[in-house]
Amino acid sequence: MFKIVSKRPLNEAKTVVEFVIEAPLVARKARPGQFIIFRLDEYGERVPVTIAAADTEKGTVTIMVQPVGQTTRMLNLLEAGDSIADFVGPLGRPTNMEGLKRVCVVGGGVGNAIAYPVAKGMHDLGIEVDMVAGFRSKDIVILEDEMRAGVTNLYITTDDGSYGEAGFNVTKMKALLDAGNQYDEVMCVGPTRMMQRVCDATKEYGIKTIVSMNPIMLDGTGMCGACRLTVGGETKFACVDGPEFDGHLVDWDGIIKRSTYYADEEKAAMDHICRITGGVREHG
Amino acid sequence: MAIDEAKRCLNCKRPACMEGCPVAVRIPEFVAKVAEGDFDEAYRIITSTNSLPAICGRVCPQENQCEGKCVRGIKGEPVGIGRLERFVADYHMNHGHKDGAPAVPAGNGHKVAVIGSGPAGLTCAGDLARKGYDVTIYEAFHKAGGVLVYGIPEFRLPKAIVAKEIAKLEHFGVKIITDAVIGRAESIDELFEEGFEAVFIGSGAGLPQFLHIPGENLLGVFSANELLTRSNLMKAYLPEYDTPIRIGKRVAVVGAGNVAMDAARTAKRLGADEVYIVYRRGMEELPARKEEVHHAQEEEVIFKVLNNPVEIIGDENDKVTGIKVVKMELGEPDASGRRKPVAIEGSEYVIDVDSVIIAIGTSPNPLILTTTPGLEATKKGGIVASDETGATSRPGVFAGGDAVTGAATVIKAMGAGKVAAAGIVDYLANK
Repeated sequence: MFKIVSKRPLNEAKTVVEFVIEAPLVARKARPGQFIIFRLDEYGERVPVTIAAADTEKGTVTIMVQPVGQTTRMLNLLEAGDSIADFVGPLGRPTNMEGLKRVCVVGGGVGNAIAYPVAKGMHDLGIEVDMVAGFRSKDIVILEDEMRAGVTNLYITTDDGSYGEAGFNVTKMKALLDAGNQYDEVMCVGPTRMMQRVCDATKEYGIKTIVSMNPIMLDGTGMCGACRLTVGGETKFACVDGPEFDGHLVDWDGIIKRSTYYADEEKAAMDHICRITGGVREHG
Repeated sequence: MAIDEAKRCLNCKRPACMEGCPVAVRIPEFVAKVAEGDFDEAYRIITSTNSLPAICGRVCPQENQCEGKCVRGIKGEPVGIGRLERFVADYHMNHGHKDGAPAVPAGNGHKVAVIGSGPAGLTCAGDLARKGYDVTIYEAFHKAGGVLVYGIPEFRLPKAIVAKEIAKLEHFGVKIITDAVIGRAESIDELFEEGFEAVFIGSGAGLPQFLHIPGENLLGVFSANELLTRSNLMKAYLPEYDTPIRIGKRVAVVGAGNVAMDAARTAKRLGADEVYIVYRRGMEELPARKEEVHHAQEEEVIFKVLNNPVEIIGDENDKVTGIKVVKMELGEPDASGRRKPVAIEGSEYVIDVDSVIIAIGTSPNPLILTTTPGLEATKKGGIVASDETGATSRPGVFAGGDAVTGAATVIKAMGAGKVAAAGIVDYLANK
């Protein structure tokens, strides 16, 4: 069992919640860009989540979760001191930071929870990092203090203009490029369509762009192929070949369709937990 | 009934059946004990060389091994060796040992790490633990058993049996650490630093192969590994489990090995009305165990042999609507000795299906090879290991099973685990 050491919401709307989990084996090796898979209990599904931080000495791993699906909502019903059945990792390849001097990191919504540890990891290595963190509105902004402390320049945008600069993160990134900023690479994490828009934009500027993918996964070790996607015409597995890929080579339309396969089952499961158990599992 | 069947054994002077067994079970001896009604002694004889008899009795391709070599089979039916083994193991499981649980040997202080808890790892761990070695198994999944729990369905190998075989290993002192991905969480070098004196890699085959034809990423196309893992390991077919599974009404399974048969029969049980096995060679070349093919046929799985998929077709929402195949004919024997299938030009047609399961094999998982310096790989990405000792190019590191050979059978993996256990004993004795 893996104990929840602490839990806190990251914004006023509580759309993103941070969990610190006791997992010494994972903490020892975790690198930015990697993920874990957790399972609540015997009945639970295996759910991949990016590693936000790891403390080798305390043996803890931090994850940030958006409680929108069946499993993440049930996780959110647990409190510090409770335990979950499984927490395995680190999985996937760490972010490649070699040879980079200046990078623009673009995050969208909860994607900022994934982008931030990578941005900070780069900055810790002495890489100059401009981060554009986009949110829909002020009440869902997360990690502002952490991001401000962890990168060179932070730009917050909101779609509705309720905080930071009004507009999309893509627009701000373009403005930075138009202003003559030179980047070795753009790193981008967020909703699939947003990442696609960033990639379309950076293509025009000829800047290499890395995206972090989060497709449906099962085992997370390369065994099932559920997370496969087409990159540069080749089939790749996000869990072992990724999760980060060259965004200019990714087949975006294929990814969007594949991620919807179990949408009906997920919806039925959500109705089920709300209606029957009020969110708490009755058996087991 | 078992006694009557056992009495058919001629107790040959040179038992051909034993030559056919990858773990060299002393077949005539155990069969003789069954004939005498001494099932305890029969069990002791089997387990002196085979640590997982209840499993082998169910999943071995006996027709190519022991039963295939049985003299009785030349005229008529061979002795039902597999079923007898299964009977003895099940009898023992239900009745226990006459004299109580077998004694646990005193520890010899040597620490060995085993990576993977599938048939190769369990066998290697079992053999070493029975000799007093201090064995720790690292398993990437949340449950021990490897392919025995994620791959082979309940209807063919009840999971309670696997759990009991694993509990027996734990009785001998084997420690099992689940949720531990070696190659990521810890490297093999770190295992040595922690005090392990030898490491056995039995990490299995891993990556599912795809056909590389158009339409393979459409909605409703799965690897057999995915379908079987959802069903067997995650128990997605039971309503109280959260993992989703969705299979259509008309399913094409591409491939014709044991995994393909398991996938086809699982699809039937998940509610598919029509299930096709699509295979580019003929019935004669079918690689699955005869018994599995027979079961699949009984369950009305339709065999579309000499049909090679060329494209998977989808609708405007990218959902699978059919699989286009080309008819094949058999030409000259190829490198594998089987007659090579050749496409008949212009014979393409579409089978209407809403799901396609790809079951054409797996390639070795690169995780350990890429994180262990000095470990040599084969051209196909397997780990190079000696047939005689399981030794790899790194001193103290041994390997066996699908991680070495690519996808093969449970019993071959067990044989390799056994060989490596002996190899490790020798290595540690001479170190």
